Amino acid sequence: MAQTKTAKEPFVHVIRKEDTPMLKKWLIRIFAVVAALIVTGVLVFAVTGINPFKIYSSMITGSFGTPRRIRNTIKLMTPLLCLGIGLAPAFKMKFWNIGAQGQMLVGALAASFVALTFRHLPGGLLIPLMGLAGLLAGAIWGVIPAIFRAFWNTNETLFTLMMNYIATFAVMYSVDKWKGESSGFASFKQIAKNAVMPAVLNENFYICTAIVLLLVCLMYIYMKRTKHGYEIAVVGESEKTAVYAGINVKAVMIRTILLSGAVCGLCGFLTVSGIDFTLSSTMNNGFGFTAIVVAWLAKFNPFTMIGTSFMMVFFQNAASEISSMNANATEYLSYVISGIILFFLIGSEFFINYRLVFRKNHEKEGK
Amino acid sequence: MSENNAAVRLKGISKTFGHVAANSNVDLEIRHGEILSLLGENGSGKTTLMNMLAGIYYPDEGEIFIDGRPVQIRSPKDAFDNGIGMVHQHFKLIDVFTAAENIILGEEHTGMRINRKETVAKIREICDKYGFEIDFEKKVYDMNVSQKQTLEIVKILYRGANILILDEPTAVLTPQEAEKLFKVIKNMRDAGKAIVIITHKLQEVLSVSDRVAILRKGECVDSIATKDANEKILTEMMMGRKVDLNIERPDPVNPVKRLEIKNLSVRDREGNLALKDVSFVANGGEILGIAGISGCGQKELLEAVAGLAAVESGSIEYLPSGADAPTELVGRNPKQIRELGVVLSFVPEDRLGMGLVGSMGMSENMMLKSYENGNSIFLEQKAPRELAGNIKEELEVQTPDIATPVRKLSGGNVQKVLVGREIAAAPQVLMTAYAVRGLDINTSFTIYHLINEQKQKGVAVIFVGEDLDVLLALSDRILVMCEGRITGLLDARTCTKEQVGLLMTGGMEGGEQNGTN
Repeated sequence: MAQTKTAKEPFVHVIRKEDTPMLKKWLIRIFAVVAALIVTGVLVFAVTGINPFKIYSSMITGSFGTPRRIRNTIKLMTPLLCLGIGLAPAFKMKFWNIGAQGQMLVGALAASFVALTFRHLPGGLLIPLMGLAGLLAGAIWGVIPAIFRAFWNTNETLFTLMMNYIATFAVMYSVDKWKGESSGFASFKQIAKNAVMPAVLNENFYICTAIVLLLVCLMYIYMKRTKHGYEIAVVGESEKTAVYAGINVKAVMIRTILLSGAVCGLCGFLTVSGIDFTLSSTMNNGFGFTAIVVAWLAKFNPFTMIGTSFMMVFFQNAASEISSMNANATEYLSYVISGIILFFLIGSEFFINYRLVFRKNHEKEGK
Repeated sequence: MSENNAAVRLKGISKTFGHVAANSNVDLEIRHGEILSLLGENGSGKTTLMNMLAGIYYPDEGEIFIDGRPVQIRSPKDAFDNGIGMVHQHFKLIDVFTAAENIILGEEHTGMRINRKETVAKIREICDKYGFEIDFEKKVYDMNVSQKQTLEIVKILYRGANILILDEPTAVLTPQEAEKLFKVIKNMRDAGKAIVIITHKLQEVLSVSDRVAILRKGECVDSIATKDANEKILTEMMMGRKVDLNIERPDPVNPVKRLEIKNLSVRDREGNLALKDVSFVANGGEILGIAGISGCGQKELLEAVAGLAAVESGSIEYLPSGADAPTELVGRNPKQIRELGVVLSFVPEDRLGMGLVGSMGMSENMMLKSYENGNSIFLEQKAPRELAGNIKEELEVQTPDIATPVRKLSGGNVQKVLVGREIAAAPQVLMTAYAVRGLDINTSFTIYHLINEQKQKGVAVIFVGEDLDVLLALSDRILVMCEGRITGLLDARTCTKEQVGLLMTGGMEGGEQNGTN
């Protein structure tokens, strides 16, 4: 038995650490971004020959270069932040709602339907009606998987994901149909004037932004200060504990996803009425999925989501800016860059939560 | 230096988890032909230390010598290669395999088929040598805990272990089964094996071991020969100061019927009948102890009363003080039971999994059962915060802040938070399951004291416990359960440990002999 040769200490082993000080956490994150920029700089230079510093500066001008660009950044952030807010209570409850995209699309579809059907109503009446339709449609779209999960324990991730496809094709079908038949509308290009959100400071979307910021505050209060928010947190932590506390888990689940879907549906309405003025299955560029990253990076805190949604939009702007620089630098290259930065940033969480211990050299003292 | 017969020598072993030092600078010697008890309160680092020998953890600092040569143990495989085997508290067996299959499992075969006959012969030889009784063809799911434990030990011996570590081996056994276990352990010692028993039970240490090593707060305080030790010395070494080991037992305060359970049957989550036709009465002003090997229906019994388990048949009648007609509890959910004015405080076995929300702080956990109070949609935060502050102070909960997530607290402190909240609800019936599991002696006594206080206030206390000595010292009456049935109701002031032990295995009193399976 004694034939085993003396094994070496493992090269590295991982130790969990807790309570990393705030300053250190942020230093680790900043370091991660810097490291990511260096890696991407080397990569970009190797592929395209463009000076990396030119790339970095164009990333910044992409979002802040001109007043128009700044406005555009806010315009993109608005729906993304709204979807993130919608996902927050669902995720806090550990209900993996991947269906924000679909809930947003049906919200937009319902709002457009109202805009089309009641286009003779005055704006003061029509727009709230559209908003209500968007809320309801999103809520219904969300609650279907929630009901199945609550009563038959189906997998909500797959279910909400599949509901996205139905919503996408329903929107495509409706756009096609309304283009052909509508009389007042030559084509379904734009919604009627009275269905458009009124402009403030020459921009229609500012009202949408204001609504979303209000939602940020409300959602924060809802999740942190109300009895509902408490129930969501308990159910998310352990359904067993929730039952023990006398919480009706099914009811909480359905109620929360109604809310989550409604906020995503509202985002569809805001986009139709205040940002795009039209309906399209490609509206908001798949933000329903990007919002998942926004919500997670912010650890479901609505206020932090302002920052994370900005970050995602910043990357996207940088992407299109870089793609216009050089024939070698296509849009796709810039997605690679934002992917690398995100990888470093999310990966840095490991170093916040764990510590690596490397093999020490103590051959001598072993005696 | 002292090369005598040291099987294992640990030198300066340290291990930290986060900010918590589980072990710091531990020196320890384990010898061939000797039974070493590793004694310490829960959280003193006994299991962590042994896990480093078994290859589960890797030490941050320090060296391990086996038979005098330095070794690195990086994985359970390294441990086996060095002849170290450990029986963990949670058995690592495959339910659908037979005993023999479990023993062979994990053995390295160099391309050859398993020679079953030869293997079984080898296993039989081991069993005969040390006096194990084992049915090779029995599937694990048909075995009771004691048989599973025997199988684990044989498995380790079969793989050639010379150094055996047993983690709290008697926690799941009846006194009789424990006796049997000690017999084989002594046989193994006589055959020259080095044996370590991790435990916090003093009587066990004194009756079985040759030497005791005491750990306190992660450090090895001392090691002494068992013949020079007694309970008092050991406790003082364990605690670092003098302790009074007597549990007080005030006389029952004018016992009145508070809870009457009639012919209660309950199915567990798998749909098996976990509670079979159980009837008893719990009185206010009295502690009713419930004894039984774990998994005998105690959990289902408490859950049924609290409205958490679905009742198959039978009734649970509750008589609040002052009321003349009983209230039926069966068929109501936990919330309804509360709304009826029926206060059942329930400290579940699985503290963090059920009684508390790990990611929340003390103050948020205080609200768990009362968050709905008041008509506003907003949470009432002031009262829970005050309650959390009071509990922190009165029960000396060690936490940086009442907002610190309770999962970061140690087991004893978590239990204090839970019991504190339950008692603050001013219950008429207080049910606790393994209220002191994992707690140090000091905290345990705080809890016993709290429970006694409740009893004197006229609360009906139902105390499910695992330590028979404590049950006998604390309870007024003891209800013994075996396989979902009640096998006896004893007066705790007059009965003996042996009587309870026999009833726990379905023994004689009542004349009924339950067949296993």
